[in-house]
Amino acid sequence: MLFFSYFKELVGKEVTVELKNDLAIRGTLHSVDQYLNIKLENIKVVDDDKYPHMLSVRNCFIRGSVVRYVELPPDGVDVDILHDATRREARGS
Amino acid sequence: MSTGPGLESLVNQTISIITNDGRIIVGTLRGFDQATNIILDESHERVYSTREGVQQLALGLYIIRGDNISVVGELDEELDLVNDLSKIKAHPLTPVIH
Repeated sequence: MLFFSYFKELVGKEVTVELKNDLAIRGTLHSVDQYLNIKLENIKVVDDDKYPHMLSVRNCFIRGSVVRYVELPPDGVDVDILHDATRREARGS
Repeated sequence: MSTGPGLESLVNQTISIITNDGRIIVGTLRGFDQATNIILDESHERVYSTREGVQQLALGLYIIRGDNISVVGELDEELDLVNDLSKIKAHPLTPVIH
């Protein structure tokens, strides 16, 4: 639940999602769900010369199970809030 | 509250699916469920190769199992018309490794 809430805070920010098939997609975070499926808008594929497979796609839905990394804007991370939330989550379980 | 980004908005639209084995399948989204299982109408596979342009193989009405799906992209018809597929050469996508 913690990361679901955390990603909800990041809606509207630009992120780069690296997938387990090595494809990396940059876009604006539109929404996220409990499975951490991600919807990105106005996407740009990183290294699109190598990956022209999504040239005609503007918005996409990425299945959570296939995400390797989500690269965040450096100012999009409030470390203190994350620390508190993590401690609460750890205490809870 | 926890339904989040459904594929609801894409129903009856043309979508481009990237599967876990690295295939690209384009078609019209007719239905989906929580496991991201997809019903795709008028579907065709786009095969990318480094030697020749993109090949399109007609498939028809398909159900694609959710655990084999990586990405569901909303295909922008205008953009798709602009890009000449017969000129695009690329390596096929690598499969997903968990």
